[in-house]
Amino acid sequence: MPVLWLFLIIVALSAIGFVAGRARAYQSAGGDARNLHSLPGYYGYNVALTALVPALAVLAVWLLAQPMLIENSVSKMIPDEIIAEGSNRSLVMSDVRRVANGLDLAVSSGAMTNDEVNALSTDTSDIRATLGSIGVALGSDVSPEVLAAAQSYRSKSYTGTLVMTVVVLLLAIGGLALAYTRTHKDFRARNVVERGVLGLLIIAASLAILTTIGIVLSMLFETMNFFRLHPWTDFFFGGTWSPNFRGDSDLSILPLLWGTLYISFIALLVAVPIGLFAAIYLSEYASNAVRSIAKPLLEILAGIPTIVYGLFALLTVGPMLVNVFGRGDQGLLGVEWMSGATSVLTAGVVMGIMLIPFVSSLSDDIINSVPQAMRDGSLGLGATKSETVRQVIMPAALPGIVGAILLAASRAIGETMIVVMGAGAIAKFSLNPLESMTTITTRIVSQLTGDTDFASPETLVAFALGLTLFVLTLGLNILALYIVRKYREQYE
Amino acid sequence: MNQMTSVEKKVNTQDIKISASGVQVYYGDTHAIKDVDVEIEDKTVTAFIGPSGCGKSTFLRCLNRMNDTIDVCRVEGTILLDNEDIYDRKVDPVQLRAKVGMVFQKPNPFPKSIYDNVAYGPRIHGLFKNKADLDNIVESALRRAAIWNEVKDRLHAPGTGLSGGQQQRLCIARAVATEPEVLLMDEPCSALDPIATAQVEELIDELRTNYSVVIVTHSMQQAARVSQKTAFFHLGNLVEFGETGQIFTNPEDPRTESYITGRIG
Repeated sequence: MPVLWLFLIIVALSAIGFVAGRARAYQSAGGDARNLHSLPGYYGYNVALTALVPALAVLAVWLLAQPMLIENSVSKMIPDEIIAEGSNRSLVMSDVRRVANGLDLAVSSGAMTNDEVNALSTDTSDIRATLGSIGVALGSDVSPEVLAAAQSYRSKSYTGTLVMTVVVLLLAIGGLALAYTRTHKDFRARNVVERGVLGLLIIAASLAILTTIGIVLSMLFETMNFFRLHPWTDFFFGGTWSPNFRGDSDLSILPLLWGTLYISFIALLVAVPIGLFAAIYLSEYASNAVRSIAKPLLEILAGIPTIVYGLFALLTVGPMLVNVFGRGDQGLLGVEWMSGATSVLTAGVVMGIMLIPFVSSLSDDIINSVPQAMRDGSLGLGATKSETVRQVIMPAALPGIVGAILLAASRAIGETMIVVMGAGAIAKFSLNPLESMTTITTRIVSQLTGDTDFASPETLVAFALGLTLFVLTLGLNILALYIVRKYREQYE
Repeated sequence: MNQMTSVEKKVNTQDIKISASGVQVYYGDTHAIKDVDVEIEDKTVTAFIGPSGCGKSTFLRCLNRMNDTIDVCRVEGTILLDNEDIYDRKVDPVQLRAKVGMVFQKPNPFPKSIYDNVAYGPRIHGLFKNKADLDNIVESALRRAAIWNEVKDRLHAPGTGLSGGQQQRLCIARAVATEPEVLLMDEPCSALDPIATAQVEELIDELRTNYSVVIVTHSMQQAARVSQKTAFFHLGNLVEFGETGQIFTNPEDPRTESYITGRIG
């Protein structure tokens, strides 16, 4: 039975449960809702949730766990000998899954019966041709071991799904029955539903946290694979980045880190003053009418996809900078410092523009949270607005603003599309902002989208880079939160 | 309420410091102050009393043009400080506020050291010649605000670390350090406990020797204790203005009597 049907049946059961529970509660109260402990709806929800939630939870866990378990047991059936040179177990397993899915398709399209599939053997029939005729293309002939594994895969999946269906249905019906029999006018359905809601909220909150942990773990495993193939000293302390698809590459993060930090620094140099001044204007000087127009306009900048910023860098800012700093006598300055449109400065300036609304809207909130009493106090002593801003508002808002800048910095470090298009691809240490450089994120993209073998250090290095980046931005964010908390002025 | 002390309080006739006539204040469409005439004397404590929302704080904020910082607020009429119209085009509200200092309802020390809080006004207005001179200004302001002995050993500790009463006296010192001619106080004791209130009230009485003090208060006892002149506001109107003793013992207007005896407000 397809999972969708199972799901619909559970939902239908819980809907029936809702109506039945409500009706039973009414009945136990003699038709007068005032005799009930809770509103009648609560009894309905209680029955519906008791039927729905455990069944759905088991369904979800089962769907996640079953393929893993089956894969594990089937994978043991494949002897090491049939794994070809240059291939590995996971590639063979994907063949097994493909064959198994193909056989499923053959049965459902009527090309074969279930018994025929179970009786198949590589000696008697050409499975590649059979499957090819129903649209499943295989890369090579099917070996007997793979066929056996696929057949076992099929039968185990079939049994697993059958057991799952039964268990889930039993759980749903059992929950329904239990909650239905407990429904009585003195049953505290309202409190039970409240606890259920609490549980749902907790699950939602922990999912986000668990996902983060999952991301870190998956990166960590691949990173460990990388360090098994490549010396960590080269990664952290080497001086060159030159991936070589024949292997034996220099894969050091330092040149990439330098590019990342340099571009981020230029971005902050652009974003912080402009964003901060915009925030000061909007929160301290602008009239309500101006603010109500200017603030949303500024925040629109934050909604522009970064790829568009990348295009802007490549097509507008880069050539403009070349016009100023390059092209020899035809250029504005008459110098020949910059040849291509991609450079640290291009990417930095455009990224800075992207960060302006980020800095300004965070700073704006922080400046607004400085109590009006501070402004009144300063103005009442005969200070002008700018004196008030410089000497009272800014010192009071500084910790928050520093936090905002650090958050902006961690966004700059993790930014990808702008640097992919604007910064270039050359990994090197250089102080010249008019040269191309590359960043960690750019290299992750190029290492993972290449044609190389997934198990090579040249590909796996992407995970090590990603994890380093994650640790870096996580550290910055924690520092930012710490500063904001520690130095926040405690106003009542 | 000890009304005898109010009656016996010595009242000297002084020069007129601030003279307001025909003042109207609008907040958007709301007519907050209706045609108020008041004459505030020099070296005198004038109290504004009245029920909440009667416009006494609004009127106070007109006297140093603090209402200018509120977009929707509009002031009409004339207010003369030393016979000069403070709403005249050529008057700089920033300069005016240096002359007419203000202390607010809630103590609002800046998040700076005690010293820097007091030195804020003198620094902005360049009122000192050198560091020693500034030290003197800070010390004398803190002395006049009767807080010197409590803070002299920790002048560089943050002003926000003081107790509520100390913070309010620090704010008074901060206002005094700018050498104002008039000191406006908007319910300066409403956030303070009785002991701190007593200290601030004592201070107000001392400040009278140098400044013209205008105080808005909710407490009629406080008005009776500290002021020589009292103005009673009701629903945006100035109902009665006169000697404090007279207002509290023998009010002319029935509304004033109702208020001070607790029937309205």
